[in-house]
Amino acid sequence: MTKADIVERIHQKIGFSKKESAEMVETVFGLLKNTLESGEKIKIAGFGNFVVKQKADRRGRNPQTGETITINARRILTFKPSQVLKNAINSEEK
Amino acid sequence: MTKSELIEKVVQTHSMLNMKVSEVVVNTVFDSIEEALKSGDKVEIRGFGSFTIRERLGREARNPKSGEVVRIPSKKTPFFKTGKDLKERVNC
Repeated sequence: MTKADIVERIHQKIGFSKKESAEMVETVFGLLKNTLESGEKIKIAGFGNFVVKQKADRRGRNPQTGETITINARRILTFKPSQVLKNAINSEEK
Repeated sequence: MTKSELIEKVVQTHSMLNMKVSEVVVNTVFDSIEEALKSGDKVEIRGFGSFTIRERLGREARNPKSGEVVRIPSKKTPFFKTGKDLKERVNC
């Protein structure tokens, strides 16, 4: 599934034109991205949380040469699915 | 940011939306992702990331209190891989 499928569903559900629906979907993901870029986390009840985590410098090794290198500190994004979403996904096959 | 804050912000960018309709838009986005994952499909949002299902194999574990061996069944878990664009934006 891609963004186009989500746009189609909004178009059918609410009756906005495809162009308008597409703009709204872009807005939603745009807002999510801007928020995460600023380091703020996002909590979507019943779905999950997107959290920006700070990783410290650490020493790693190049597995090919065995050379020790420093992996620089960085910020990463993690998604923690809610229990509701996990249950929903597991209940489907039963 | 919570879902209701997101709904409010979406209203502010689209003049044809009110809170109620904005809520439907935002819910449809997340419901669509959930439904695709439930049917075993993966979801790819360009510039944002992709959602896939990962299989966790069943294993035998022990109840730490009683020492009893318990069988943990296989289960599925949703997994999100951050897209390239977003990954770079988060990291600077």
